[in-house]
Amino acid sequence: MRHLLSTQDLSLHDAIRILDTAEEMAAVGEREVKKLPALRGRTVVNLFFEDSTRTRISFEAAAKRLSADVINFAAKGSSVSKGESLKDTAQTLAAMGADAVVIRHWASGAPHRLAATDWIDAAVINAGDGTHEHPTQALLDAFTMRRHWSKLAGTPSAGADLKGMRVAIAGDVLHSRVARSNVWLLRTLGAEVTLVAPPTLLPIGVEKWPCAVSFDLDETLAQGVDAMMMLRVQGERMNASFFPTTREYSRRWGFDDNRLRALDSLGLKDTIIMHPGPMNRGLEISAAAADSPRSTVLAQVRNGVSIRMAALYLLLSGENREPAPAPVPASVSASAAHAANPNLTHSHQESH
Amino acid sequence: MAEQQQHADNSGAYLIRGASILGGAAEDLLIRDGVIAARGRQLDADVAGVRGATVIDAAGLVALPGMVDIHTHLREPGREDAETVETGTRAAALGGYTAVHAMANSTPVADTAGVVEQVLTLGRTAGWVDVRPVGAVTVGLAGEQLAELGAMADSRAHVRVFSDDGICVHDPVLMRRALEYVKAFDGVVAQHAQEPRLTAGAQMNEGEVSAVLGLAGWPAVAEESIIARDVLLAQHVGSRLHVCHVSTAGSVEIIRWAKSRGVNVTAEVTPHHLWLTDELARSYDPVYKVNPPLRTDADVQALRAALADGTIDVVGTDHAPHPSEHKECEWAQAAMGMTGLETALSVVQHTMIESGLMGWEDFARVTSTAPAAIGRVQDQGRPLEAGEPANVTLVDPAARWTVDPSKMATMGRNSPFAGRELPGKVVATFFKGHPTVLDGKLNTPYRWPADAVDAGPAGRRP
Repeated sequence: MRHLLSTQDLSLHDAIRILDTAEEMAAVGEREVKKLPALRGRTVVNLFFEDSTRTRISFEAAAKRLSADVINFAAKGSSVSKGESLKDTAQTLAAMGADAVVIRHWASGAPHRLAATDWIDAAVINAGDGTHEHPTQALLDAFTMRRHWSKLAGTPSAGADLKGMRVAIAGDVLHSRVARSNVWLLRTLGAEVTLVAPPTLLPIGVEKWPCAVSFDLDETLAQGVDAMMMLRVQGERMNASFFPTTREYSRRWGFDDNRLRALDSLGLKDTIIMHPGPMNRGLEISAAAADSPRSTVLAQVRNGVSIRMAALYLLLSGENREPAPAPVPASVSASAAHAANPNLTHSHQESH
Repeated sequence: MAEQQQHADNSGAYLIRGASILGGAAEDLLIRDGVIAARGRQLDADVAGVRGATVIDAAGLVALPGMVDIHTHLREPGREDAETVETGTRAAALGGYTAVHAMANSTPVADTAGVVEQVLTLGRTAGWVDVRPVGAVTVGLAGEQLAELGAMADSRAHVRVFSDDGICVHDPVLMRRALEYVKAFDGVVAQHAQEPRLTAGAQMNEGEVSAVLGLAGWPAVAEESIIARDVLLAQHVGSRLHVCHVSTAGSVEIIRWAKSRGVNVTAEVTPHHLWLTDELARSYDPVYKVNPPLRTDADVQALRAALADGTIDVVGTDHAPHPSEHKECEWAQAAMGMTGLETALSVVQHTMIESGLMGWEDFARVTSTAPAAIGRVQDQGRPLEAGEPANVTLVDPAARWTVDPSKMATMGRNSPFAGRELPGKVVATFFKGHPTVLDGKLNTPYRWPADAVDAGPAGRRP
């Protein structure tokens, strides 16, 4: 792995390795001193062309826990707002010696451009590009699902995939990078995905995706769901005729109190409710659902830091930078992380 | 300098020895005083003018009528950082062209007699090819009010092709009126078929690939619905319609249907739409961003078949040079367009001739005869016969070359064919009997008589 640009081209081996490394990292977050020296002297730039305080501070916390130097570069009020191009910005960061660039951009494919051109040589992490992908979000979602799925099975998370897990993703799939990244990653991990949305908010061509598609949330729930992921829906979509009113949207595709009760009546006692945030309470998710014990919203935020630590760690001090170790099966890759960096040794006992 | 002087008066006779005429039998062509003075097998020394003519050994070369581009963006006036008439027409000559239609979306827009005459003058001053200005249909390409089409038609530029290319004339009443009005001077409306509401913010072909890439889709129906409306309007008012850069299989079906009903419609396809598909967008490299967008392989195959069977009449390059900063950026930020003048011949040879769909005679039809007829361009697209104007292109069909945009004459570096090996190379181009290209290199421009160059006061004629 040289960059983390999408989940579509992420192999099962690399996906499991990131998830397992994140388990190690999670243990660090539970210690009193939440810090590892792994990336001391390395520089991570958070290059944000789109406002996203949540994702930015998650990456910042992750880099800092690994002792990297962090530079935050927000497009607003910077040279970018004065018309500087992506190329010039990238070359400027390269000249300053950035080792990794975490990029959030409103334009689909902007991280690919950084990675494919000679503008900058740093590792590129896609922190969400346009309506394309948001790979660390999908990884943290998978991490959250895997912990839940493994706990139900009574088996350890490390090394596990999501075979057999039924995941429904409901909302504005058309404009959602979270949905795309989840579809690819969940396919790779063996889960069964159903997308639920009004037909106007599904892309032409979705029928070729490795998932089922439904226009009926209640029917999808009735068929059994282990994880219900609600996507943020922008109320302004109403003005472009994607749906008639926000109320109609909520009634048909929102996770409201009736559907929360339906989980109980359907006997789906272990179904979790997920949301990538920020939530529109009362639109795509009711307050009761968001605050219910089934909700994993805050766990997702917490796991986000672990996933981003794992991604930064693997890209900056993983096998790319060291003499390549012998390939290891996914199931023991957590210990491979220790081999690559002894700084992680302490965390081993504390994980899980 | 002395050589410059010698060529400056367009003097000199050229004897092309043993060229395969339109891919047929090898014959000689004697070019003198701006015309094909003689054609025949082994022209004897006693044929007037053979003695003393510069001999060009054309064994293995194909002789074609000079190519005519119905769709070129020369960018001048206004965007001289992208292209000038001088650089764009150098590229045209090197690509085998002897005439190009300069699209109206310059700054200022070519919507008055003054601007089209300025472009005409720039073209004649450059002297590499015939520059035929296209006039805008509406003032400022704004789609609200007809430009002075009659004034442009009557100007020294003799405009016959009118287009808001880049923008669709989407108002049905305005399109109807434009079609009706140009009948007064045998004009044609060249439509950029793109329903604007269906393509707001569109970035690439809407389909399987756009779904994955998260780029806003440009659906085929946005092109097809406008073409369907326009062929019906053209039939209703009995006028002439030209459809620019047809890109979908569905559009081909509609045009085929219209022609079968006798509608006076012609259609064009670009070289890139004959080859490239939207799969290339997966790289997010904006060199593949173009309008209309690259479509699917099924569309490519339908376009090739349509060009071969005559449903599509011509190849138009839609040569659209852009400064590098408009392509070295995010896809959504990037300008739409590709260069094409210097690769068109090779791409058509590869996609249409080497695939067995067409011969060189068909090539001459779609790149010269038909576009000259659509544009009502005199002295172009003529047969290679004695007495005809000497607009001739010599091609080495066996040559192979690798596209390197940095070595092109166009200022645009945005060729989607960069790095590809292509067949066919232009060896010589004769424009009005003067070699603008010799040995595959630029020679010297044709020199127009001073009174043909000087525009005089805009819009005023005897």
